[in-house]
Amino acid sequence: MHIEKDLVAASATPLVLGILAEGESYGYAIARRVAELSDGHMEWTDGMLYPLLHRLERHGLVEASWGRSESGRRRKHYAITAAGRETLAERQAQWHVVSKTLNQAWEAVSRPLPGGPATAGGFA
Amino acid sequence: MTDSTTSLETQVARWRDYVHRHRAIAPADVDEMEDHLRERVADLTATGLDDDEAFLVAVKRLGRLDAISREFAREHSERLWKQLVLVPDADDAGSSEARRELTVVLTLALGAGLAVKLGTTFWDESTLLRNAGLLVAPFLAGYLAWKRRLTWRTLGMLGAAFAVLGVVLNAYPFDPSGSTVVLAAVHAPVVPWALVGLAYVGGRWRSSDRRMDFVRFTGELAIYVALITLGSGVLVGLTFGLLGLVDVDLEPALEQWLIPFGVPGALIVAAWLVEAKQQVVENMAPVLTRVFTPLTTVMLAVSFTVLVAVGGLTTVDRGLLLLLDAVLILVLALLLYSISARDPLARPGLFDVLQLAMVVAALAVDTVALTAMLTRIAEFGASPNKVAALGLNLLLLVHLVRTGWLLAGFCRRRRGFGALETWQTAYLPVYAAWATLVVVAFPVVFGFA
Repeated sequence: MHIEKDLVAASATPLVLGILAEGESYGYAIARRVAELSDGHMEWTDGMLYPLLHRLERHGLVEASWGRSESGRRRKHYAITAAGRETLAERQAQWHVVSKTLNQAWEAVSRPLPGGPATAGGFA
Repeated sequence: MTDSTTSLETQVARWRDYVHRHRAIAPADVDEMEDHLRERVADLTATGLDDDEAFLVAVKRLGRLDAISREFAREHSERLWKQLVLVPDADDAGSSEARRELTVVLTLALGAGLAVKLGTTFWDESTLLRNAGLLVAPFLAGYLAWKRRLTWRTLGMLGAAFAVLGVVLNAYPFDPSGSTVVLAAVHAPVVPWALVGLAYVGGRWRSSDRRMDFVRFTGELAIYVALITLGSGVLVGLTFGLLGLVDVDLEPALEQWLIPFGVPGALIVAAWLVEAKQQVVENMAPVLTRVFTPLTTVMLAVSFTVLVAVGGLTTVDRGLLLLLDAVLILVLALLLYSISARDPLARPGLFDVLQLAMVVAALAVDTVALTAMLTRIAEFGASPNKVAALGLNLLLLVHLVRTGWLLAGFCRRRRGFGALETWQTAYLPVYAAWATLVVVAFPVVFGFA
């Protein structure tokens, strides 16, 4: 399933913060976790993750530190900060509202409407 | 297995190289993305892809670099104004090495200052001027030798050359009022500078590319020294003013300490800055040549017209040849620096034609004045001054004529740009040889007069 670009962009920040709230991580592991959580439906352009992480770092939502991978390569690790957790909570509340609203709207669509197609024509 | 590993390594290296060209992506970001790339490759090969396929997929999944670079640029707009990191933060890789380098630089700057200070204390002015290059250059060469990890053999050769020059400049029985001593003093700095160049190229003095790098280094160094001097001038002026308010005179301290230590120190620190900034900041010298090439052409055209119209070339004084040499050196420096910065693969353009015009104008001026000068020498005989100036003029003339010829061929698309570059770097040692000749042989030939 293809997910629209704007939707991916909007969900990226809360998603990354959510993954980091589980514990410290690094770029590739975050990308892999996103694929895992979405059953492979949310495929990011991998490279875009890094400018995003840097933006979060600059706003103080995550903290970065350089370490080494098992094979000795330089690797940048990210950890969520207190401010990051606050932002995450805010975003969660917002998404909750959005998803509740959407659910209700769609519930109305899936329910057979009184009057059926005639009213739908009225909207158009 | 080893084969595919090396091929992967080459591909990753090539990828890094390509990413590096995006200014907004810093080397640390490339490291971070490389880690990602390699992890992805490892995961993909685990599912049965071979290295090449895995690499292709991994690169594709990273996305278009232009778009990523744009995102990075939005996030780090300051990166487009490249920052110079001289001593990286403590947690960055390479910070201890950078600190060690700073220590070496400051020690050598202090050493050069001390040498000059001793010189000003124990020598008279003429001896000091003659040895000025020799007092500072070994420290600069020392820094470059340290940086390039020169072999002991090369170091020994450099040291021996400095020593021989020192002996010649100070053991020759010069006539203090003669002209060979002045000539030696004027030409002497070229020789230590050539030795600094040998240290710079790390002993690979046959390589044309490395020589060109040294040319670039020299140009940037001159600009940095000029900027540091300018800044120091402002600082000293302000201090003078402040201390003047409480009737403290800074002048003795300035003459005895600040200048002897400051000037050589500035040179070595500037060399360090140029080495550190290499890829970070756009080279300035080529930018300046763009401005000054057309202006110089106009200046030469005006000089030519005036020299021909006035026609008083039979009465010109002997300073003319020296002035002409200065003009030709300027023209050659302009050529050299724009050649050093030009993309050798770019097609001939307007600027190349402008350069050709400048070469032609310089040659026209030189021909007129040289004819006049030669008649005078034929009439009044040769003196060391005249021979030295004439010799340099001929060297410059050969350099320019051939450059003009190659440039014309390039503009008419008869020839590649490479020939022009090789000619420049191949000819440079000739100047060092000539300077050595003037310093070492002229006093003997002209009886130290």
